[in-house]
Amino acid sequence: MSVLAGSIKIVGATLPDGTTTDLFVDGGVFAGEASTGSTTTIDAAGLIALPGLVDLHTHLREPGFEQSETVLTGSRAAAIGGFTAVFAMANTLPVQDTAGVVEQVQSLGELHGYVTVRPVGAVTAGLAGERLSEIGAMAQSRAQVRVFSDDGQCVSDALLMRRALEYVKTFGGVVAQHAQDPRLTMGAQMNEGALSGELGLAGWPAVAEESIIARDVLLAQHVGARLHVCHVSTAGSVEVIRWAKARGVDVTAEVTPHHLLLTEQLAVGYDSRFKVNPPLRREEDVLALRAALADGTIDIVATDHAPHPVEAKDCAWDEAANGMVGLESALSVVHAAVVESGQLGWADIARVFSSKPAQIGRLAGYDAPFSTGSAANFTLYDPSATRVFSTGDLRGKSLNSPYLGRELPGRVIATIHNGYPTVLDGELVDAETVAKEASHG
Amino acid sequence: MRHLLSTKDVTRDEAIALLDIAEDMADVANREVKKLPTLRGKTVVNLFFEDSTRTRVSFEVAAKRLSADVINFSAKGSSISKGESLKDTAQTLAAMGADAVVIRHSASGAPRVLADSGWIDAGIVNAGDGTHEHPTQALLDAFTIRRRLHGSGARGKALDGVTVTLVGDILHSRVARSNIWLLTTLGAAVSLVAPATLLPVSTTGWPVSVSYDLDAAIDSGPDVVMMLRIQAERMNAAFFPNAREYSRQWGLDDERVARLPAASIVMHPGPMNRGLEISANAADSAQSTVLEQVANGVSIRMAVLYQLLSGSAA
Repeated sequence: MSVLAGSIKIVGATLPDGTTTDLFVDGGVFAGEASTGSTTTIDAAGLIALPGLVDLHTHLREPGFEQSETVLTGSRAAAIGGFTAVFAMANTLPVQDTAGVVEQVQSLGELHGYVTVRPVGAVTAGLAGERLSEIGAMAQSRAQVRVFSDDGQCVSDALLMRRALEYVKTFGGVVAQHAQDPRLTMGAQMNEGALSGELGLAGWPAVAEESIIARDVLLAQHVGARLHVCHVSTAGSVEVIRWAKARGVDVTAEVTPHHLLLTEQLAVGYDSRFKVNPPLRREEDVLALRAALADGTIDIVATDHAPHPVEAKDCAWDEAANGMVGLESALSVVHAAVVESGQLGWADIARVFSSKPAQIGRLAGYDAPFSTGSAANFTLYDPSATRVFSTGDLRGKSLNSPYLGRELPGRVIATIHNGYPTVLDGELVDAETVAKEASHG
Repeated sequence: MRHLLSTKDVTRDEAIALLDIAEDMADVANREVKKLPTLRGKTVVNLFFEDSTRTRVSFEVAAKRLSADVINFSAKGSSISKGESLKDTAQTLAAMGADAVVIRHSASGAPRVLADSGWIDAGIVNAGDGTHEHPTQALLDAFTIRRRLHGSGARGKALDGVTVTLVGDILHSRVARSNIWLLTTLGAAVSLVAPATLLPVSTTGWPVSVSYDLDAAIDSGPDVVMMLRIQAERMNAAFFPNAREYSRQWGLDDERVARLPAASIVMHPGPMNRGLEISANAADSAQSTVLEQVANGVSIRMAVLYQLLSGSAA
């Protein structure tokens, strides 16, 4: 116990800017020098120290869908992926649309302690898209909700979306929109194009995403509100967001790791591990998304970690659930997609995976990483490692990863959350120890 | 041949071989004893998640003429009993020792999932999957065209230079997809005619020409006009205004049939909507092959089961 508690000394870590330094952690924050007390020493030669990763888009499934994931198992999946904070989407059961539910999710996160769990509040009651949920109550609850989303459903009614943008602004929050015109995507199964026609799968046209984003950025500008666009998946969406930013619209956007690496071609074998919403797109979309992340048009990477039990994927494509788990693989996938290509450096990774998502979600403590006195949330990553990704690399409850059997670069060696380790030597610290450490804070 | 999932995977030589075997099988139907002992002791399961009496009966007759044991497994479930059902059913059939599974499913790709799953080791025959493919329908169509063109001298021949026009709901038609791949593999030139709403948004990579004008297609004098069934639900989803307008623009009416060359044949996979995509006269004319298609279906399915189960195939 006491071995882990207290201070940590990291020797020879490479910071995102490329400089190599020793890091000292004491009392949950970065210290200027080594502690005199008992110290855990981690040799970080050859490892990159990244600020703790922040996922603005995670599905933890608890309460209601504990067969897929729980706050604990999802937190563990996050920690092994290098995350120290996750925003838990609202599509639980009951839905996270009241102060009581968001407080419960938040406190489960605090109890387990692997990551900071920030609940997302539903925009509309029951995600039904009919009337606003108790946004004020959630914002003012102990959970202090700042991100509101009906993710999984689009707030498709234009008037309701306008009201949501205005009302959320009142509480300093942001609406994170799942941009999908429901009428244009009825029964949709995969990206609409030549391949969907050949495979006989109902198409999910790019315009169903792009038209909603175009409407929403204009609404956001009109009412002077902040808008965040979830899981941008098409080249056309990138153009719309680029145009909106040039006009001064207060819009941010995320892309998932899978949309940066995988294409619709994977649907050819009808393997439902590759079924996700929004769907995998064309090669040219993937390239446009990478370029947009590199030039800042897309602000952040967010996983859309979506666990499902085996039976939800062991079936025909049409019958399978949408979604993939992504927390454990996210950093490696982004490494493969945009770092190996030279489009993003590690300082950019720190921005798109940590400081910027924290800023969008109004999560404190991520604006000055590694500086003395700031919260010690970081991860040590071995960029030279390679591994054939397998179910053994997963730590959540579900196995629906699209990367199984695929070689991926890099590996998380250690993760430190609020000054205590959640991952050491590439393996999770046990739940009891982490919970005990968390309770000290 | 291990499975028959898609005609896209079928080579020209394999296709011709199947059509030739079907010729032999057709001969059996003319004998006094219409039965061969070839698949004695083999078990063929007709696994139908979607109702299709025609296709199921055709496969059943085919398997029985080859002396296989036939099990009809109607697994049409309610909408809430999805998910595990394909897997559970497949494992159940595997435990019973099925040698071949003929599967009809409302979901595109379900036969492929079954073949790749490891749940069952049997040969899989796609008997129609969603809006994807219906390979034995395309094979029987190719067989029917070849017989009309070459009669008793059909063996060994392909369909080089034959012009085929497919008309109607291409977007949702598994018959169209299977025919596009198979007929072009056999050397035919395929063109599609439909309103833009009933065509895939992109046909890039499809070896076909596409147009909207049935009259122009008729006047080009194709060797084959294949009419596709219009499902009633399409009319309720704004694919076209109403039956009257569809029929006027894309129906094979008496006047259009009269303009076809006398040697052209008219095909329809059935069941037909008489008066909608095809007029009664067109359906019953000497140019129509509708009933031949049904008869040839048995021969083709015998050939497919033979190739999958006799063990002599490459």
